[in-house]
Amino acid sequence: MTAQPPSPVGITPAVVEIGADGWACAGAWTLDGIPGLEQRLAGLPAARCCPSTGSGRTGVLPGSVRLDTAAITALDTSGALQLLKLIATLEQQGSRVHLHGLRETHRELLELVRNRREAAGALTPQIKTENGLVRLGQATLLHLSSGFLFLSFVGEAALALARVVLQPTRLRGRALMVAIETAGVNALPIIALLSFMMGIVIAYQGGRQLEFYGANIFIVELVSLTMLRELAPLITAIIVAGRTGSSYTAQIGTMQVTEEVDALRTIGIPPMDLLVLPKLLGLTVALPLLTLFADALSVFGGMVMAQVMLDVSFQDFLDRFPRVVTLTSFMIGIGKAPVFAAIIALVGCYQGFRVRGGADSVGRQTTVSVVQSIFLVIAADAVFSVVLGGVGL
Amino acid sequence: MIAPDGTPPVIAVRGLCTRFGRTVIHQDLDLDIAPGEVVALVGGSGSGKTTLLRAIIMLLAPVAGSICLFDQEVVGIGERATFRLRRRFGMLFQQGALFSSLTVRENVAVPLREHTRLPARQIAEIADLKIALAGLPADAAVKLPRELSGGMLKRAALARALALDPALLFLDEPTAGLDPVSAGAFDDLVVQLKESLGLTVVMVTHDLDSLWQATDRVAFLGEQRVIGYAPMRELIESPHPLIQAYFAGPRGRAATLRSRPDAGGG
Repeated sequence: MTAQPPSPVGITPAVVEIGADGWACAGAWTLDGIPGLEQRLAGLPAARCCPSTGSGRTGVLPGSVRLDTAAITALDTSGALQLLKLIATLEQQGSRVHLHGLRETHRELLELVRNRREAAGALTPQIKTENGLVRLGQATLLHLSSGFLFLSFVGEAALALARVVLQPTRLRGRALMVAIETAGVNALPIIALLSFMMGIVIAYQGGRQLEFYGANIFIVELVSLTMLRELAPLITAIIVAGRTGSSYTAQIGTMQVTEEVDALRTIGIPPMDLLVLPKLLGLTVALPLLTLFADALSVFGGMVMAQVMLDVSFQDFLDRFPRVVTLTSFMIGIGKAPVFAAIIALVGCYQGFRVRGGADSVGRQTTVSVVQSIFLVIAADAVFSVVLGGVGL
Repeated sequence: MIAPDGTPPVIAVRGLCTRFGRTVIHQDLDLDIAPGEVVALVGGSGSGKTTLLRAIIMLLAPVAGSICLFDQEVVGIGERATFRLRRRFGMLFQQGALFSSLTVRENVAVPLREHTRLPARQIAEIADLKIALAGLPADAAVKLPRELSGGMLKRAALARALALDPALLFLDEPTAGLDPVSAGAFDDLVVQLKESLGLTVVMVTHDLDSLWQATDRVAFLGEQRVIGYAPMRELIESPHPLIQAYFAGPRGRAATLRSRPDAGGG
């Protein structure tokens, strides 16, 4: 016998032995007993599989084999599978197998396993011969089609918006208010903290250079223009994309999984009206307001730093502020916010509707939603810079 | 392998109290389930059938009382002991609860990979066997749960519950949402598994035909405890108003007639 591998306490491993009058199975033919059984079987000499004839090493020997199973102490379905496989192997080698000493309960189990396996039939092999080129093509088509799908989703949303404009009673007022509260009001603390810190960072880094030239007072231009025109809208949009866009995808995606979206349709509520428009409009209202809030807090952060590091007092800062910051700079910053809001809301909702299947799909689309909306927000910001620079603003 | 009388019960619940907030679900509930028995938990909606099941399988900590599985107290036991116990029972959840990112075969293989040290190929073989045992065609093994119909999902979930050849099987509404043919086949399968594997089965069900076909005893939950615990034949004779209301409706009578043509004045 081969050495027996360690097994859980109290379990005798399943073994097969070749005796004088045939094969004998012993031990626990259960999930705990079968580890290592295959190696033990493979270790048995193939030529001896029919000891009664005992001739040659061809492995294809006629005759019958006695399989003594009286010493099997326990049998479960996994063990029964192993036993059936052993019998099948012996039969393939041309022997008829006679089972001896099988308990009645074990015989029933063996029959059950045999019948169920036969009823299930064989697995039709999956043919998968895709080379890299095919996959590249498929991925390209997939991305192109998802681009078109997003465009058609934007179109649908625009149509729904037009219907609401023509018939304002269609607007879901309560859903709109909830959207403004969750995306806007509830985001105030995090926006406040982060934009205040951004103001401090910009003022600190810029202030060191200005101090070097003795141009301390220019900290006002530096902080105010950077923040109002560029950074506050961008930072706010990125935070909202991570915070709100992802929640839109997860919410609609989960509703998609639990068939709630279909339920809305059957009740006669277009999902566009209830799930998309309030979010789109709500965020379009909330994001400019959040940006205004971020403007104020980041300039305040800059003021604190200017006072501490550059001896520019709050009074001096605020005196200079209206003289150097034009309304145009401010409006450009605020004006970008609704565009960013539309991008975040549309991408978030669209990815939510793309969810198919279950939990993993929700996770995947949420990731895609955040990555795409941040990417598109930054891309839109770049377009704004180029266009506004082109017209001389 | 049905144990002779007098063996300790597989499940022994004593003085169980569970609560959600201030809502009392169970108060001083006792229940014994003997090895090799198929026991159904029934009762009206909200009578705490699923909650009792969740308490027994250690998903919900009771407020008070004791629950013994295989002669071992499970209330307040450690992580390792819990892990060893979980190896010995399987659970079929009401909605299947298959992992949506895995194929059916991978789903069935999860407990095998977690609890045994078999090579991957052998695990796949055993998984395929369980899929066949649950009555699914072999092709289902490579499908994702979302590609299966409701009945197939239930069977795939049963295959996963059976993965470790458990001695104890919990089924939460196994035949709900199945067509009558599949439901009947499911009952037959449970009985067959019980007889050849010596399984103890605890199921929550509303299916009156299942109660007649598949169970040895039925525990009727009501008034926060077990108000009747007997084989169906005896349980329907119980004078308790809740039990009478449950079984005396047209559906209850029809199921009784189907199972016992001699009864009900027929």
